[in-house]
Formats: sequence, C-alpha cells, structure tokens
Amino acid sequence: MGVRNLLIGTALAFMALFLLLPLVIVFAQALSAGFGAYLTAITDPNVGDAIWLTLIIAVIVVPANLVFGVCASWCIARFKFAGRDLLITLIDLPFSISPVIAGLLEVLLFGLNGLFGAWLSAHNIQIIFALPGMVLATLFVTFPFVAREVIPLAQEQGNDEEEAAVTLGASGLQIFWRVSLPKIRWGLFYGVLLCNARAMGEFGAVSVVSGKVFGETDTLSLAVESLYESYEIQAAFACASLLAMLALVTLVLKAALEWWHRDEIHAVRHKKAA
Amino acid sequence: MTTEIDLTHVSRAFGGHLVLDNVSLHVRPGELLALLGPSGSGKTTLLRLIAGLDQPDTGIITIGQDDLTARHPKERGVGFVFQHYALFRHMTVFENIAFALRIRKAPKAEVKARVNELLKLIQLETLASRFPAQLSGGQRQRVALARALASQPRVLLLDEPFGALDAVVRRDLRRWLRQLHEEMHITTLFVTHDQEEAFDLADRVVIMNGGKICQQGTPIDIYQSPANVFVHEFLGESNPIPSHVIGGIVHANAGFPLGETPAPDGPAQTFIRPHHVIALPNPAGPWRITRIAATGAQARISVTRNATTLEAALTADALLDSGLATGMPVNIVFAGGTVFNPEGTTPLKLAPLKPALAQLRR
Repeated sequence: MGVRNLLIGTALAFMALFLLLPLVIVFAQALSAGFGAYLTAITDPNVGDAIWLTLIIAVIVVPANLVFGVCASWCIARFKFAGRDLLITLIDLPFSISPVIAGLLEVLLFGLNGLFGAWLSAHNIQIIFALPGMVLATLFVTFPFVAREVIPLAQEQGNDEEEAAVTLGASGLQIFWRVSLPKIRWGLFYGVLLCNARAMGEFGAVSVVSGKVFGETDTLSLAVESLYESYEIQAAFACASLLAMLALVTLVLKAALEWWHRDEIHAVRHKKAA
Repeated sequence: MTTEIDLTHVSRAFGGHLVLDNVSLHVRPGELLALLGPSGSGKTTLLRLIAGLDQPDTGIITIGQDDLTARHPKERGVGFVFQHYALFRHMTVFENIAFALRIRKAPKAEVKARVNELLKLIQLETLASRFPAQLSGGQRQRVALARALASQPRVLLLDEPFGALDAVVRRDLRRWLRQLHEEMHITTLFVTHDQEEAFDLADRVVIMNGGKICQQGTPIDIYQSPANVFVHEFLGESNPIPSHVIGGIVHANAGFPLGETPAPDGPAQTFIRPHHVIALPNPAGPWRITRIAATGAQARISVTRNATTLEAALTADALLDSGLATGMPVNIVFAGGTVFNPEGTTPLKLAPLKPALAQLRR
C-alpha cells in the first residue's frame, strides 16, 4: 500500500511539475500586465498574420498527410510488394532526423545556391524564406503522425471485412467508404490530432526555412521567439498562451469525442471484431 | 429458393501448387451439402471460387444455369459466412445485417422491416444496437448468417461455420441451422473438417483430399461403403491390419483369420472399426486385455496377441455386463470390416466367419 501511494504520488508530482506548472506560468505571464494588455498583444496585426500563416500551413499539411496516411496504410495492409518494408522504414525517417536538419536539407535543395536553386530563380519561384518552404518543412516533419497511427491498425485488422463486403455485393468504392475507411477512422482521428498539433507548433524546421520577417513569414511559434528576443516578454507569453489553448482545445475535443463514441471505440479497438 | 450449383472441371493452383485438381460437382437445388476434408484439401478454395472471391484457372462454375465464371460477386446471388465471422466491427448488429440492403439502396422502411425479420430469425432482437465485440461467438456467427441472408441470396456458403466455437454452442447452433434450412430450403454448401458435424447436418457429404473429390453420397452410404482407404480412415478410428486373401478367407499377416470376403486371392489391406472388434472372455483365448478406458457412455479396450494390438469399443453398460477386466485372456470376433486391395481402392465387405458368428450368437 505504501509503495503504491508513493508511486502514484511521484507520478502526480512529476506531472504537476513538468506539465501543469509550465501551463500555469504561461497564462500567468501572459496576463501579468492585465487583461487589456493581453488583448492588445494578441490583436496586434503582426500576431494576427502569424495566426493566419499558422492556420494556412495546418490547412495544407494536415489534409495532405491524411490522404497520404490512408493511401500508405491501404497498400501496406493489403498488398505485398517490393519495397514495402523500405516504405515502412522511410515513413519513420522524420522521427529520427532533427527538424533543424530537415530544414537545412531543404535549403540545400531549394535555396539560391541549392540543387534546384538556379532553376527555381530562373523561373521566379521562391520556396525558401516563403510559404512553400514552410509548408514543405512542416509536411516533412509531420509526415509520420497519421501513417504511424493508421498502418499498424490496418495491418492488425486484416482484409476479412473487405472480403465479406465483396460477397455482400459492395463495389470497390463502396467498400472503401463504408468499410475500410470507417474501421480505421479512430486511428485516423488520433493521427490527425497529433499531426495538427505538431504542424501548428513546429519550430525547428520552419525556423530554418522561414525568412523570419515578423508579420510576414512568422508562424505563431516563431512569433513567440521574435517577440521574446525583442524583450516583449508579456506579448511573447500571450502568443504562447494561444498555442497552449490550442493544445487544451484539442485535448478537450478528443476526450469529448471519445466519451461520445465510447461503445464504438471499444468495439473497434478490440483486436479482432470477430 | 431452389437453385443448383455446378462446377465443371474446375482447377486452381497457387504458386505452382495445385489446390483444386479438375473438380466437378453438382449441388442439387435446396440441398444441404457438406464439403468434408482435412486442412489443405481445397474445400475452402472451392467455396471461395463459387463466391467469386477467387477465380478458377480453368473450368466453369454455374449457379442455376448462369455461367458465373467471369461475374462480379455482386451479380452471383451468393451469401457467404466466414469462419471468423468477419463482421463489420464499426457497425452495430443492425447495420451489419442491413449492409447488403444499404449497398443496393433499398428504401429505409424496407431495410428496417427486413433486418427486424432477420433479427427475429436469429433470436437477437434485443441486441440490435450492440457492436460485434460485445457479442459471444455463437451470437456473432448468427449475425454473420443473418447478414449473408439479408439480400436473399440464391445459395448460401458457409466456411467452417462452427470452427471457432466451443462444443456445446456448436451443437446448439448446428441444430438451429438444420432447422433453419428445413424452413427456407436455400441451397447450402458448408465446409468442415469435422466428420461428426458433416454427418449430423448434411443431406449429402462430399469428401475431399489433395484437391480432388474422393467420394460423395449420403452420410450412411459413405460410412457403410467408403470408396478408399483415405475416406475410411478419415471417417473415424479403425484398426488397419495387413492381410492376405486365400480362397475367400482373409487372414492377418500376423497369423489369424479375420473373416470371409469376395476379394480375389492375394495381398490386401483390412480395416476394422473398434466397435466391430468384439472381445469374449475365454480362459484359453489367444488375446489378452492390456488396457480398459471408460470415457463416459463409451468404453475402449486394448487387446494384444504377440506383436498385434487392436482397439475395441463398446458401450460402458456392455463392458459392465461382459465382466471383462485388464489382464484377462479373451477370444476376438470380428463382426465386420472392409477389405481393400493393396492400392487402397476397391472396398469389399468383410463378413464374420461362421464359427465366430456362432460364438457371437451364444
């Protein structure tokens, strides 16, 4: 009994110290100059632009990774093909590479002196220090989130239900929309949440390829740094509080959906429905 | 719903291995047919070919005169029940059963009526809003059956339908399926490796081995006259006795007579089922009881003579009446059996010898 309480106490204390306390401090600092100053900070036009840029990147990156994740899980779970294991390994690559290096790689490819640099500048296309570069960097970093969530699920679930659907007269498209997609939809949902959180919060890779022009190529997380470095501490924490709120909303949304669909989630997570 | 199924010279190979070897089969309208065989005999492949989940390399499959060989499963009118149910895990019981109707864009009211009718049929009306993971194995299998029946298929195919269930549920479900078939008379083909299940349930049994059909017929016909050694051994225990025929009498090579047979002189393989081996107490008997095991209603006796050991079976009651005990010397009488030629074909009946018969009557 004593050991149990000790362990529970340790875990709770650890969580309070490293998860809860920073969250409290972010909001305390953001509101340190009063609610008026807080509102002024987050309604600053440059901060507004940063929010907008962050949203645009997420809106492009999350659906792209969603589609890729579904395609990858579909073919990896269903077919045996040459390069299948290689594909599974490659999907993990962004996890094992530092995001800063990912950003640097992009500069080496698309930068002015990069591999495609001459061609790009000749055609007047700017990737580095502009939105396309930031989207690509975020895409690279968030690549595994959906796929990693969905592929094991699809592999474990196998192909039985699809075969049953065939015998019941379903066409390929009907099977995809009514069977294959719904049975992985909770995995997809978690993957999308994680992917979205990372896409909006990504710093390292985006920092390398962004021009860091506050109000033009700063995302919300880059804005936090810009403001902090120009000694606008309270404004920096105000921006950070927006990111923190995003995380909280994500968590609440996830918990609410899980509670609402608890029967189905339990049913689907069961190793084999059969 | 009375439709026949015909397979004509159907073959299928996987990676150079012939799984179905030139199989022809006629399934009569409205019959309940069992495909019985060991694993790897090709029976599941045959079922999948009929359902359109796989294509034959050569041969023709027809259901009710329509050539289906190149048809999409959708147009075949086949209901398929999988061994592991393959229920849609993200759908409720109701939606699982409704699937085939929704696919066909049936009106909502019609879907509801049909699904409720099927729920009643499988006696699961109260569980319509459950998910498959919340059901027992037997309940899942009934849902799978209702799902397969929803679009009123012309034929019903069941792949080891009771394979994953425990013995009691299995027996109940078997009776229920038999009853259901008697009400609906839908042509039904089911695959099993369980001889008891096949014989209990089916009108006719087809025995498969190595991608070929060994024998087909009613359970009684097959059991009474198995076409070859494989079928005989597959249908239950027997004592294989290397033997030879001289002048219409079969002798064991170990040196004792077995019975009369119309087989020609020469070497033979004789198979005698344990219940045809009858032990009679006799102080001068050449056999000795080495072991007695009672397993509920049945009892088993091992008898030995020199290097030969035979298994005998009788009811537990008969064992009590006989007064047999371990170590007792006995005479053995063979009440029946089957004599095959050395190739294991051309089965002939083994009849008891006249003196043995007299001993039995006494």
